Amino acid sequence: MNKTVTFRIWRGDATGGKFVDYTTEITEGLVVLDVIHKIQATQANDLAVRWNCKAGKCGSCSAEVNGMPKLMCMTRMDTLDTSKPITVEPMRAFPSIRDLATDVSWNFRVKTKIKKFNPRKPDCEDGTWRMQQQDVDRVQEFRKCIECFLCQDVCHVLRDHHKHDEFIGPRFLVYTAALEMHPLDTENRLAELKQAQGIGFCNITKCCTKGCPEHITITDNAIIPLKERVVDEYYDPLGWLWKKIRPQG
Amino acid sequence: MAYADTLPPQRKFGQTTRPDSWWLQPLVVFLGFSAFIVYSTWAAFQGLHDMKTGMPSYWYGGLHGENGGANYLSPFYSPEFWGVSPHAIGKLPAWWPTWAPFSPAFLILWIPAGFRFTCYYYRGAYYKAFWADPINCAVGEPRKSFLGERSFPLILQNVHRYFFYLAVLFIVLLSYDAWLGMWFTDLTGKEHFGIGVGTVVMILNAVFLAMYTFGCHSLRHLIGGYLDTKSKAPTCAKAHSCVSCLNTRHMMWAWISLFWVGFTDVYVRLCATGHLNDFVFFKF
Repeated sequence: MNKTVTFRIWRGDATGGKFVDYTTEITEGLVVLDVIHKIQATQANDLAVRWNCKAGKCGSCSAEVNGMPKLMCMTRMDTLDTSKPITVEPMRAFPSIRDLATDVSWNFRVKTKIKKFNPRKPDCEDGTWRMQQQDVDRVQEFRKCIECFLCQDVCHVLRDHHKHDEFIGPRFLVYTAALEMHPLDTENRLAELKQAQGIGFCNITKCCTKGCPEHITITDNAIIPLKERVVDEYYDPLGWLWKKIRPQG
Repeated sequence: MAYADTLPPQRKFGQTTRPDSWWLQPLVVFLGFSAFIVYSTWAAFQGLHDMKTGMPSYWYGGLHGENGGANYLSPFYSPEFWGVSPHAIGKLPAWWPTWAPFSPAFLILWIPAGFRFTCYYYRGAYYKAFWADPINCAVGEPRKSFLGERSFPLILQNVHRYFFYLAVLFIVLLSYDAWLGMWFTDLTGKEHFGIGVGTVVMILNAVFLAMYTFGCHSLRHLIGGYLDTKSKAPTCAKAHSCVSCLNTRHMMWAWISLFWVGFTDVYVRLCATGHLNDFVFFKF
């Protein structure tokens, strides 16, 4: 059944902008991105919106729908209250390019600064390794990340406090956790996590976990375990003592 | 131009485009925690009066006879150092200055309070509800500066695992108290095994606190989370899996145990002050 909805879309660029209302008819089964495309096709041909797969796998169409970071392609219209205007705005943790498109290149620069995967020597002469499934299960959760950067957007350390120079954000804490907890990896990233990457800025609000479209348990499975590893290394005197006196095997 | 200057300006406190009742969750947390803090402080200070009168309002011994002879101790006062109930470990020493107020709860409550204050779940919850940092996801904050947990004072939150070690002792002690709560003394001084409502309340208190304590994030790390190759340590792997199972519901156990530990004190206190008669289901 058709019904009329009003979309309140942020139009503007880095110098400023405003919300503009667009009213359109929708049919059953649409997602927010479909409606944005319809408005783009019929009322606002110059509306900038980034999208690609329309299947929740490319992470391109990240925006804020009714104030919460969402993938527009995965936000069904029947989950929204259409009796009121639906606001759609760009992510606030990154510089605006135009309308709903933001410049997320900061994330790619951050990624280059994280110590890369450094595996132990191969287990076999043919240069391959042997791992137990049980040991890689934990990091496989982190590899579901589609780099939509919604977690970065909702993290108040970046979004409100603009600590981009001191804090790498939940996405890259997940990335670091995937490397740090990998059974083959030999690198130690704890010093960087504590200092340059600012894990101590995270105050466990779990907004990143709530917003993750891949349902990665970011806070409990990645960030807190990393915080605990930092505690092991820098804040646990009994742990230091135990490391000194424990039998080496 | 600095990167931060290219970003959208920080929103004002409470400013958001969220149309939902985003304020409700922090409000409920604020009221829940505040109620507990106020009540537990009041209950701890009741010990001052009890020490003067020698009549503990935190311990219920019941009426000796058919339905009495109970042995219920409030969890706020366990272990009871220098108290006035039969549970007491020693009397208030003579060197204790007369001008200094004393309640056995003062020696105890800082440990569970410290455990909860530094708990990862509670931290996230009270940063939102009490500091509005942020008050809820994607809602504007009242402050522009932010230090996080990387400098004083919040860097002290890293002490959580030490509070965990102490909290485990409390599970043992409260379980022992629940065990003592299963023994009812008759007029001849003979003890009979039984179960009263207070016994059930105390058993549940120990169980709920154990479910909360053994789902601790620090324990999850210490018991196996620190390992990258758990397959080489199957016992740690199993233990990590068990703790992870509890950890997924850490918030739920945090709230249930918080409510129940307060309720246990209320129950014992109401019985001890004669406002409630403890019902004994059976005793042998």
